[in-house]
Amino acid sequence: MSAGPPLERQAAITGIGQSDVGRRLGRTDIDLTIDACLDAIADAGLTREDIDGLATYPGAGTGMAGFSGPGTPEVQDALRLKLNWHDGGAEGPAQMKAVIAACFAIAVGAARHVLVYRTVTESTAQGEGGRQGIGGSGDGGSGSVPRFSGFLQWTLPFGAVSAANWIALVGQRRVHEFGLTREQLAHVALNGRRNAALNPKAVYRQPMDLDDYLAARMISSPLCLFDCDAPCDGSTALVVSHVDYAADAPHPACHVNAVGTALRGRPSWDQFDDMTTMAARDASASMWERTDLVPSDVDIAQLYDGFSLLTLVWLEALGFCGRGESGAFVDGGSRIALDGQLPLNTAGGQLSAGRLHGFGLLHEACVQLRGDGGERQVPGRHEVAVVANGGGPIAGSLLLTRGSG
Amino acid sequence: MARDSRLGTTRTDHSLGRWIGSVPSIVASIVAMFANGPSIRLLPRLDDDNRFFWTGGKDGVLRFLKCGSCHQLVHPPVPVCPACLGRDLAPEAVSGRGRVHTYTVNHQQWIPGSEPYVIGLVEIVEQPDVRLTTNLVDCESEEGLIGSDVEVTFEQHDEVFLPLFRSVDSSKENNS
Repeated sequence: MSAGPPLERQAAITGIGQSDVGRRLGRTDIDLTIDACLDAIADAGLTREDIDGLATYPGAGTGMAGFSGPGTPEVQDALRLKLNWHDGGAEGPAQMKAVIAACFAIAVGAARHVLVYRTVTESTAQGEGGRQGIGGSGDGGSGSVPRFSGFLQWTLPFGAVSAANWIALVGQRRVHEFGLTREQLAHVALNGRRNAALNPKAVYRQPMDLDDYLAARMISSPLCLFDCDAPCDGSTALVVSHVDYAADAPHPACHVNAVGTALRGRPSWDQFDDMTTMAARDASASMWERTDLVPSDVDIAQLYDGFSLLTLVWLEALGFCGRGESGAFVDGGSRIALDGQLPLNTAGGQLSAGRLHGFGLLHEACVQLRGDGGERQVPGRHEVAVVANGGGPIAGSLLLTRGSG
Repeated sequence: MARDSRLGTTRTDHSLGRWIGSVPSIVASIVAMFANGPSIRLLPRLDDDNRFFWTGGKDGVLRFLKCGSCHQLVHPPVPVCPACLGRDLAPEAVSGRGRVHTYTVNHQQWIPGSEPYVIGLVEIVEQPDVRLTTNLVDCESEEGLIGSDVEVTFEQHDEVFLPLFRSVDSSKENNS
């Protein structure tokens, strides 16, 4: 690394916004996106004329129905933005890549205020068909089942059709290697549900206890229904600004201290060298290499829980506990509760608040750093937050610090 | 099972009642607990890079690309050896033996009509960092699966031969 602070410290999150979030809202992705974007721009104390950058993940036309949200051209045109920089795409350090790209664009002077958004309408899209694997639901009747190339050819023939299956392989290895139990894993889900009760936007707020969890139907062992996040509709947006605007923003800015972007193992769900960690290991390591802060400085953690197991992987990868110790770390739930040593997924995470695909976690990190969490605000110190996104061979992380603002 | 036979799959019937009374009890005692895979096999699209792999089961042999310079097995197939950057790669037969690195029992009906089946991640004995996502077949129990020794068995669908793996012990039992 070259001398001087990492370039991402030229960037700060000065505005956050979010649309309605829910199950089967029946609204279009662009409609929700406009709500979130206008909310974020106003929250930053700006107008659309100030926005000169636009980024999203993953960009239009990616994945299953309801997954990608509108692309940047659609949003740019709807808001008639005059852009100096714009970016979208699914490859990179997970969903975080859109934010990280915005930081770098600001650092090199390509833009000053970048609007970043992530929109999903998976609940409405899946309303008819239930949960589906990445390869689709299969069509046994038509006789014209499609064939598959690329990575999917190595998994779909064997019925490993969903990320649930691929992550379950990681889970069962952790059961074998570290003695992980379902009772331990449950506490990621139970913690999320407890926090979701304090989040009016969360999609699942009714109480859940360990018996409920253990009685849930199995999806792919060791993952049961409550280990899998809840598809929802919603859009999250933020404004990433040059740090010299931070003091002028109406709310305390969330300064970007370090980004985690590395992928040093093989970019593969089944060939990665260490099947108990995967890319979270590399992204985390690269983030800590870019800062003098250490894990014990972190006050709040928003760690990806597309599957509960991934949260455990991130806890270890980020150094909050030792390798293989995350099950014991979350056991009982007190350490990760709002008043615990490391408050985790304080809005309910994706498991209970809804699968806003990484950006819900990012939004909540900013809410907590600002001290705007209301009933669910972490008591005491809230100066440093970490946000981690992704699973398997896809991972990105962000270390945020609270500005004085 | 009509759908299975139409697709040419071999499946284990889960309904013990079908066995009892129609076959000797010794067969009922080795009936598998899990299905051998999903009800429908989604298949690879064959091309010049992967055809050797997916059709190798025709003569009962599992093959991987091998580097002619440094002798690394390379998977998935690419036209360069990631270890030495050699360009002289050719399919090479391996023993078909492997070891289970991890597994999961899938219960979700991603593919309608599927009974619970075992997805395995198998390390190839010749080079354990080469792994295959596969199905563990004729599998009675989850106990002791990880670390157990397995061998390839192929399941044909048209020109594609899917490499599945079964316990070395259970295959001996079947042959006896």
